[in-house]
Amino acid sequence: MMKRGWKETPIRGIILEAGSSHDYATGGWRKIKPVLDSAKCIDCMLCWVFCPDSAVIVENGKMLGFDLEHCKGCGICAEECPDKVKAITMLAEEEEEEIA
Amino acid sequence: MATLKELTGKKELFAGGHRLCSGCGIPPIVRLILRSTEHPIVASTATGCLEVGTSIYPYTSWRIPWIHSAFENTAATISGIETAYRALKKRGRLPADKEIKFVAFGGDGGTYDIGLQALSGALERRHSFLYVCYDNGAYMNTGIQRSSSTPFGANTTTSPVGEVIPGKQEFRKDLTKIVIAHNVPYAAQASPHNWKDLNNKAQKALAINGPTFLNIISPCPLGWYTKPEESIEIAKVAVDTCFWPLYEVENSILKVNYKPKEKRAIEDWLKMQGRFKHLFLPNNKWMIDKFQEYINKEWERLLMLDGKQV
Amino acid sequence: MTAEKKAKCSTGLTGNIAVAYAMKQINPDVVAAYPITPSTTVVEEFSSYVADGAVTTELITVESEHSAMSACIGAAAAGARVMTATSSQGLALMWEMLYIASGMRLPIVMTCVNRALSAPLNIHCDHSDSMGARDSGWIQLYSETVQEAYDNVVQAVRIAEHGNLLLPVMVCLDGFITSHSIENLCVFDDDTVKGFIGEYKLNQPSLLDVEHPTSYGAVALPDSYIESRRQLAEAMINAKDVITDVAKEYEKVSGRHYGLMERYMMDDADAAIVIMSSAAGTTKVAVDEMRKRGLKVGLLKPRVFRPFPYIEIADALKNIKSVAVLDRADSYSSFGGPLFTEIRSSLYELDKRPKIISRIFGLGGREYGVQDAVKIFEELLKIKETGKVDKLYNYITVRE
Repeated sequence: MMKRGWKETPIRGIILEAGSSHDYATGGWRKIKPVLDSAKCIDCMLCWVFCPDSAVIVENGKMLGFDLEHCKGCGICAEECPDKVKAITMLAEEEEEEIA
Repeated sequence: MATLKELTGKKELFAGGHRLCSGCGIPPIVRLILRSTEHPIVASTATGCLEVGTSIYPYTSWRIPWIHSAFENTAATISGIETAYRALKKRGRLPADKEIKFVAFGGDGGTYDIGLQALSGALERRHSFLYVCYDNGAYMNTGIQRSSSTPFGANTTTSPVGEVIPGKQEFRKDLTKIVIAHNVPYAAQASPHNWKDLNNKAQKALAINGPTFLNIISPCPLGWYTKPEESIEIAKVAVDTCFWPLYEVENSILKVNYKPKEKRAIEDWLKMQGRFKHLFLPNNKWMIDKFQEYINKEWERLLMLDGKQV
Repeated sequence: MTAEKKAKCSTGLTGNIAVAYAMKQINPDVVAAYPITPSTTVVEEFSSYVADGAVTTELITVESEHSAMSACIGAAAAGARVMTATSSQGLALMWEMLYIASGMRLPIVMTCVNRALSAPLNIHCDHSDSMGARDSGWIQLYSETVQEAYDNVVQAVRIAEHGNLLLPVMVCLDGFITSHSIENLCVFDDDTVKGFIGEYKLNQPSLLDVEHPTSYGAVALPDSYIESRRQLAEAMINAKDVITDVAKEYEKVSGRHYGLMERYMMDDADAAIVIMSSAAGTTKVAVDEMRKRGLKVGLLKPRVFRPFPYIEIADALKNIKSVAVLDRADSYSSFGGPLFTEIRSSLYELDKRPKIISRIFGLGGREYGVQDAVKIFEELLKIKETGKVDKLYNYITVRE
């Protein structure tokens, strides 16, 4: 990001662009990544509601996958995915996605 | 009450890219609160994890108007905002039919301790706002120092386990009780694992014209020495052991929202967390017994009050 | 003159009631205040205006001064015109929030009824409270009389809200001496005040603008903090001209002249006392007595302490041979009071500098009389004769 001089910076230290942290990638914090098995997923949305990083992508009630720009790899989604479903696996960051 | 699918249809008002820890309990709480009303929300936040993690210039995670000014005053700050709202409406500078909801967020440090006075004042003055305490049981933002919400026995950096003193020796302050003593129209305890209950409570609170309060347990992998993926589960066990009972007081009537079929032993919750590791040494067993005794007493008390006027 | 027609000039009011009356005429959107001696009656009087419907202001009767300033900040960030009043320990409790109010550039107007700080506890006048807040980024105006307190409060609204500034303003008057003494003064009719201050023009994003969400109070790391403070410094640099311009406009409607400072018998003076607020009135009597004795002495009364008008002060003192700066507060530097050190520094650029001494006086309401000023003038004239300063820094009005 271009650093602005004091004359160009909005006064009072305010941030005018709501939700600008979306531009800040926290995916690099991750050691393990969530991988979704869409075939198993029942779109219960538990992973979505518990995700600390607003990183579960949902559209029209369908779980589409993960926003890996922001996912920090905490693994809550895999943990909370219902026992009978278990559609999410945590894999090491460098591992291939073996689950189709 | 909204289903999860219905909730996903609303706009995400809490953006990713914040710097809260992996597995932090706070964001699921905040995300759900922000989805619990149809009306726009203006929020203030006390200094602490939530504030620091979401507002590192020029990045903000807030898609609502938001202010942080200091540590001990989030309730006073929201008092000013809510009053300005009424003043400007009265004077026609805001449309009369414009409805805005006001929420103050604070951690246990900013709520139980340094912010208690401002909270009490704001509740007494009957401002219309929801105060949300995310209670992770210590000053996590500054490196896990004890607060008055820190559980008995916990190892923190200012109640360390030493040769002589095995962690925090005092039981936690019951802030929810203190808030209830203000005769607010609505106050409740909630947990992020029970999203339905939490959403329901936030909806109720945000629909009320007057001061309302939610005390929400917020697991902290950093300060509790827990696995990030277990945060939601740990909150659940806190409720199942009755360490953190889910209850509400609505118009002075107390209602226990969840009674575990079989109350789990406090050990089950303690053993999940590194901050209580020392309690499992043979010579510290008395602490677990003392803890259990305390919880039993408090839970019995709560059950006695269930359905009654408090 | 129309100005006189509009004003009632035989109104006897105490300083606090005059301030409250100005606040009534301003009719701010929000007042958040907590009572503390000696500013209590400002809050009480204003509360009765609210109770009687004489104002439509929303009053927040907070539980502490810290919350008073916090609520003011919240309300101002939400787009309201906001005022408050305090004193002493109350101002001290606000300390943290003073910096935040100026850092967020919120044009809050606060009356500070000056009172000593503990310990020992003392409810009477000195300037320890506001002087301690001198570096908080607030404009500070000091008032000698009830009239000045009233006039400063009205002007403060315009100064604070000026687009080039957006700075909070503190109007100071002396506890009990001015706050509780009844003086005759001219007060405007309500419409004149309303016309002078104008409608509140929002110069900032409002927290109530939910369509354009803004984050206030973000964390600024070393890569962005200093820019924000530099902007604050710039606003304070701009403040001098704005204060002067507002005073000129005020003179048009009031007939009363205000500037950065008042000079009294300074044109040919050899020796001068620099002193602020009510004690300047006492010192003027001493000047008159000395002048009757044929002694060339004068008085300089700074009205504006923040921003510090260092060029104008140096100009006013450049031909004086010996100067005493009387501070009603000590900075405990062992060097001199806060006004003294800044004035001494202001003189540095002069080719020929006057001799200058620091005298601390009147702490905790200790009486400062005409004879005290006369003694200082005599000391100054001696310094002028000998060219020697015996004691740079000392206390007067103290039992040795």
